[in-house]
Amino acid sequence: MKTRLSLGQQSALLSLALFGVILLIWQLATLPEAHTVAADVDPEYAALMGGGAAKSASSFPTPVEMGATLWEKLSDPFYDNGPNDKGIGIQLAYSIARVLAGFFLAAAVAIPLGFLIGSSRVFYDALDPYVQVLKPISPLAWMPLALYTIKDASMSSIFVIFICSLWPMLINTAHGVANVRKDWLDVSRTLEVNPLRKAFRVILPAAAPTILTGMRISMGIAWLVIVAAEMLVGGTGIGYFVWNEWNNLSITNVLFAILMIGVVGMALDSVFGVLSKRVAYQE
Amino acid sequence: MTDPNLSFLQVENLARVYPSPTGGGDVTVFDHVNFRIHKGEFVCVTGHSGCGKSTILNILAGLDTASAGNVFMDGREVSGPSLDRGVIFQGHALMPWLTVLENVSFAVKSRWMNWDKHKVRDHAMRYIELVGLKGAEQKKPSQLSGGMKQRVGIARAFSIEPKMLLMDEPFGALDALTRGVIQDELLKICAETQQTVFMITHDVDEAILLSDRIMLMSNGPHARIAEIINNTLPRPRERSAIHREPHYYPIRNHMVDFLVSRSKQFGALRDAADAPSSPAVFDPVDLIESESTVFSALPSGKPHIHLVNA
Repeated sequence: MKTRLSLGQQSALLSLALFGVILLIWQLATLPEAHTVAADVDPEYAALMGGGAAKSASSFPTPVEMGATLWEKLSDPFYDNGPNDKGIGIQLAYSIARVLAGFFLAAAVAIPLGFLIGSSRVFYDALDPYVQVLKPISPLAWMPLALYTIKDASMSSIFVIFICSLWPMLINTAHGVANVRKDWLDVSRTLEVNPLRKAFRVILPAAAPTILTGMRISMGIAWLVIVAAEMLVGGTGIGYFVWNEWNNLSITNVLFAILMIGVVGMALDSVFGVLSKRVAYQE
Repeated sequence: MTDPNLSFLQVENLARVYPSPTGGGDVTVFDHVNFRIHKGEFVCVTGHSGCGKSTILNILAGLDTASAGNVFMDGREVSGPSLDRGVIFQGHALMPWLTVLENVSFAVKSRWMNWDKHKVRDHAMRYIELVGLKGAEQKKPSQLSGGMKQRVGIARAFSIEPKMLLMDEPFGALDALTRGVIQDELLKICAETQQTVFMITHDVDEAILLSDRIMLMSNGPHARIAEIINNTLPRPRERSAIHREPHYYPIRNHMVDFLVSRSKQFGALRDAADAPSSPAVFDPVDLIESESTVFSALPSGKPHIHLVNA
């Protein structure tokens, strides 16, 4: 007798199967090579090159080693043994704090400014060239300028997050505000709604889905950029951690950090997913 | 004090000119538009698309500005939107993120800013009940049918107790059955509240059922109010019975004839700028009187047609 699986169960099953396949390929790819040192190579030289090592052919971990590292790191995420040995939780917390600081600063500028450009054709046309030129600049290109003027590594990375989060929020807010249905504005005009009440009770809720989309894009970009920024400025944060572990040639830790970056990025995005649902409306 | 010689609403020499989309000369949509509306009167306007009906309504609402002419309401010139003039929009214009109650409350709160929550709520609920939507007040507009949405629009417009109500084809998007039901409700509410109404409609029967006077606009460009019909059908009116009234067919025929043929001729016959700016008034009472002397034997109904055309 066959029982039909629901769509959700089917995709969960497929997901699990895919996970199994990935683990299997990973395991096969990292199997220790049959250890044969070519006769014409000096054994000492081979050992130096890693070829003489009895274990894995490379420092790429097997799934089991990876699992062990995962367990070890996650069971004690907040230890602090000096600048080069901090728990993953602490590193992530530094990165998240910078991202949030830069992001909210950007929101505080972009949303009111977006309101202004969205509601005034003159402001829109006046600011559009600046936005068009500034938008395509890689946020990291600002880094030297930031370091030179701010003279503080951590503040500079916050500035870089600020500048990269600004544009999507600004453009989406302006777009959302400019496209509020004329009917709703006419209603508030005939009801003699004062400008402040109109902004908060009519324009903001009408543009909220578009603004939230902009915020979500900004957050995604900010999380991408923080890793690169922290690699540059060093000190603390997940980006620094990745670079530090690369210098230690600890591929396991690099892989671990990559996984964590993905998980945190997903969590940040899903927060905005929930918020988007809350402000969405159906016409 | 208000000048007793002024009507409640007075429109003088209104005109609207748009720059030509092709870059040539300007296009005058309508000009020399003059009419008056008395307090408590229900006036319908009809005419073909493009004659500027909606523009006139928007000027009355204060949402648009005239190129020339003036509008006075209650002795004061209309210069912008006001809570004194409630508007019912064609596309209901409800805010989809608010519930029915919140949509109406938003208007109530705009009108009486110092009212507390309970008072606003009670007032809004009264008008929601008036349009028969009690029980649906917590629903969002997307959960309502087209007819129900337009009822919320009506409740919202009435809830601010405006001195005048402006309606731009409020039932245009509804199916015939729903439209009938809502027309009956509107008739009832207007009778209760003695509301002054200016309404645009394309529906001949709707105009006859609801109005005290029907203004007929000629075709644009240079449209104007060509004729006015005094709707003499007695109130209260019943949809099921009005076609038996002796004045019903004369009015209806006069209106249909205008829309079919005279609306086009008007523009061609008149000499642009100095054409008569006061429209011809059609009153079925005169008609019936002349008819009763000449054709006293004729029954009322269809045979009026040839007279109307005369």
